Amino acid sequence: MATIVGSVMTSHVPAIGGAIAKGRQADPYWKPFFDGYPPVHSWLGRVKPDVAVVFFQDHGLNFFLDKLPTFAVGAAAEYPNADEGWGIPTLKTVRGQPDLSWHIIEGLVADEFDITSCQEMKIDHALSLPLALLWPGGGEWPVRVVPITINHVQHPLPSPKRCHKLGESVGRAIRSWKSDARVLVMGTGGLSHQLDGERAGFINKSFDMLCMDALVNDPLKLTRYSAMDIVREAGAQGTEVMAWMAARAAMPGPVRKVHSNYHIPISNTAAGLLVLENEETALSKAA
Amino acid sequence: MSAGPRDYGIPGTPIFDGTKAQKGYALNAMCYSFNSADNRAAFKADEDAYCRKFGLSAEQRAAIASRNVKQLLDAGGNIYYLAKFAGIFGLDVQDVGAQQTGMTKDAFKAMLVEAGR
Repeated sequence: MATIVGSVMTSHVPAIGGAIAKGRQADPYWKPFFDGYPPVHSWLGRVKPDVAVVFFQDHGLNFFLDKLPTFAVGAAAEYPNADEGWGIPTLKTVRGQPDLSWHIIEGLVADEFDITSCQEMKIDHALSLPLALLWPGGGEWPVRVVPITINHVQHPLPSPKRCHKLGESVGRAIRSWKSDARVLVMGTGGLSHQLDGERAGFINKSFDMLCMDALVNDPLKLTRYSAMDIVREAGAQGTEVMAWMAARAAMPGPVRKVHSNYHIPISNTAAGLLVLENEETALSKAA
Repeated sequence: MSAGPRDYGIPGTPIFDGTKAQKGYALNAMCYSFNSADNRAAFKADEDAYCRKFGLSAEQRAAIASRNVKQLLDAGGNIYYLAKFAGIFGLDVQDVGAQQTGMTKDAFKAMLVEAGR
């Protein structure tokens, strides 16, 4: 059976794409953000994932309001990135892992999630930039992906509790996949930020800290919030943290924090990074 | 159901719900089309003709002409699609934030830095 090697949760602010393209990683503005990633690179070098299952949000590249799924699972052989209209460079196409995609789709539907499956899907900055942060070297991406989108464009959004359950179901599916693959689970977006309204620029450091702690030690705590509670506490676009919740829920049992970083601001956003490992995995590695 | 916007009780925070999604459909469809460089060029070449093609309401057409984010949101615009419209003019989300809060861009950026302290 496949093994979940751990989880990486990271912000995906579009401006990161511009900073990478212009080589600004060492600029004073960007350094505290990019300095968070070398420890992740070392960790990835140790755990060597083959596949990444990624919870993220589409921001109007693949989906429009004509047909907008609450949860969608990519089941394609490859996923292109494309022009999103705001001037960040288009990144490399990502290879898919359709066998795992369909196994996850079957598991989710068996668990009564009425998801949408997509044999064609463009992936936006919310998937491409986290890959670029995790694997900054050139060449093909070293992992295949299964993209899973969570609607965060149009209310009503799914509840944090539902996103947690989604993650649990996906985690069970990964661990029952007949493969010797090593699977990384990712959640992207957040943390607190708000782009629209008179409250634009809202950031809530104490709520972000609460989330980053709960994601390690008490993920169920976050399921007691409603989606609208998250809007209030984390800003209108801070609801992206629900992708982190789904990723955390995919991890079996207790976890250990491998690494984290937090920096305000990147663009209008509090940027977060969290790397988790199963305590089980950590122990078996030590043995 | 009343036709007016629902109050979700979070001050200064527009909630893009079904009412807004219906109202803003044509405007958002146009902004979604700006994922394509050809469409961005077509808009710049003949703004009136481009807006007509998408059947914008008078309120939406005026909001596009105003380049005013609040007006665009009130006309049913969704911030993610509006960001593609802003991209045509080389504006980023800090320009958009500064405009909505009535601050200069520098003051808006200073406020963000302050949030980290």
